[in-house]
Amino acid sequence: MHLEIIARGERSRTWAYLSPVLAIVLTLVTSAFIFAFLGKDPLAALKVMWIDPVLTKRGFAELFVKAAPLVMIAIGLALGFRANVWNIGAEGQFIMGAIFATGVALYFYEVQNWPVWLAMIPAGILGGALWGAIPAFLKLRFNANEILTSLMLTYVASLILLYLVAGPWKDPDGYGFPQSRMFSDAANSPRLISGTRIHVGVFASLGIVILGWFLLQKSMLGFQLKVLGQAPRAAAFAGFSTRGLTWLSLLVGGGLAGLAGMFEVAGPIGQLTPALPTGYGFTAIIVAFLGRLHPIGILFGGLVLALSYLGGEKAQIALGLPAAVVKINQGILLFYLLACDLFIRYRVKIATGRAA
Amino acid sequence: MESAVLVSILLSVIAASTPLLLAGIGELVVERSGVLNLGVEGMMLVGAIAGFAVTYSSGSASLGILAAALGGMAMALVFAFLTLTLQANQVATGLALTIFGIGLAAMMGAGFVGHPVPKLPGLDLPLLSAIPVIGPLVFGQDFLVYFSIAAVIGASWFLYRSHGGLVLRAIGDSHDAAHAIGYPVIRIRYLACLFGGAMSGLAGAYLSLSYTPMWAEDMSAGRGWIALALVVFATWRPGRLLLGAYLFGGITILQFHVQTMGLGIPPQFVSMLPYLATILVLCAISSDATRIRLNAPACLGRPFHAAG
Repeated sequence: MHLEIIARGERSRTWAYLSPVLAIVLTLVTSAFIFAFLGKDPLAALKVMWIDPVLTKRGFAELFVKAAPLVMIAIGLALGFRANVWNIGAEGQFIMGAIFATGVALYFYEVQNWPVWLAMIPAGILGGALWGAIPAFLKLRFNANEILTSLMLTYVASLILLYLVAGPWKDPDGYGFPQSRMFSDAANSPRLISGTRIHVGVFASLGIVILGWFLLQKSMLGFQLKVLGQAPRAAAFAGFSTRGLTWLSLLVGGGLAGLAGMFEVAGPIGQLTPALPTGYGFTAIIVAFLGRLHPIGILFGGLVLALSYLGGEKAQIALGLPAAVVKINQGILLFYLLACDLFIRYRVKIATGRAA
Repeated sequence: MESAVLVSILLSVIAASTPLLLAGIGELVVERSGVLNLGVEGMMLVGAIAGFAVTYSSGSASLGILAAALGGMAMALVFAFLTLTLQANQVATGLALTIFGIGLAAMMGAGFVGHPVPKLPGLDLPLLSAIPVIGPLVFGQDFLVYFSIAAVIGASWFLYRSHGGLVLRAIGDSHDAAHAIGYPVIRIRYLACLFGGAMSGLAGAYLSLSYTPMWAEDMSAGRGWIALALVVFATWRPGRLLLGAYLFGGITILQFHVQTMGLGIPPQFVSMLPYLATILVLCAISSDATRIRLNAPACLGRPFHAAG
């Protein structure tokens, strides 16, 4: 008896939607086994990780606070992934956005007025877009692989961050800790719901979902990106500009990651610290795939991955599990998703008897 | 006195180059078979912790090295199953392997942080090791350094002089044609992936048992990705990979010397050197598009599904 994998005539739409759900279920089952292996009660551990974090009003709000940057970054990435532009340096673009925004916040530290916060938004977008522009330029001018260049630039961005908080931007009253001073109130995103950390950025990310949906699903541009990704030759014959779409993918991807970085320093954190990069840029890659590169799907994907972060924190406190459990779960989720995606393009038949 | 300084610099260059060379030669063979595994960083980290944990617990570095290779292979097997059997996207699966590997290694290593192990012993030949300069450089290295050089020679011989290598290259350049002739495309690619995993695992073992004999989270610090760039730099040829790995080893060491020279350059900027050099080298090599097209395996990253 063996498995036979047979190509379908066309992509199965049902499986495109079913695959992420199945992947999530399989991940939960697997993590239950891991908990049992670590000597924890699996069901209780699952409840701690996936249900407890959102039982309180504050916790439920945190879900959206965490999901906002993931969704923002993932929509930018989806744009590129559709066109086969593999920007995996969103983490670096996120950091640069945060750095540029911090620059504005610190330069106008004495100005206790809301235009400071407003000016940080374009600064963050600019920082991320600049960092995304480098791999775009190197790809188009020197044919350099954007996967490797954008990733190398992530290491460079974290080193710039470390330099700034240890050197020129170090808080003079910070007892020598390598971090910037706390931003003035004027430089922090307005909180919108009392008792929670929900800030303007959360609503901005919802706006970007709608904008992204329109751009990707309803506009000519979205169509061009899709053709470029699935049939580059057809795109060339149709006269779509490969160069233009590559620039666009990396500038928008970088800009949105930068914006996410801006909202992160100006919201939940309120200062530039070495702890800023928490891997959102990489997790967003999973969010983009889980959401099927579709803005609405990405919104759901962002919430699931945000919950995995919150659950990981709970698991550290309540179960004494190492922080790495979050990354393991995220990796496993992406494995299962990629495996389940087989069913989109293939049927699997259990064949008995001899192999043909 | 002069020669002692020179020896210590050259020794450190060899040490910095070896992990790049080990991981690079593995990935080179994988890519020659037409598979792009971006999970080198993850396999390297799992190898590093597997090697460290077994060495620490058993007291035997040989067992540790074996465990590192097996750890890397186990990771590679996951990748191979997803991409070769289940036809998953290679780029995405490689990324998943790295994310998973970073987490798995961190979890496995949680109890080992801060514990030292004895550094891998160097080969110590009675008379030869005592020769000035040449002695310590040529006859005083540890097993993995010699193995990395042997792997380059072995891979070179395999790819260009053996039947198996010819089949592997044929599969990498045209899997449909190779399949039509009757070569087992999937099986060869599985084997190539496993070899790549073992080599990445050994690269990790070198980091945690010799380069800095301890375990620290994310201790590979992007070396897996630099190894991937080196394969492009080498235009998929083992000899040039050796050159590239030692060039990068040199740059890494240069960074430490610039830091101690007291030029007033902030250390963070000096640490950017290997990453910036990777970008620079990638641009220099890739700008000649014809050269890349002529040298890159034609089926690199393309899934293979035997119709019928």
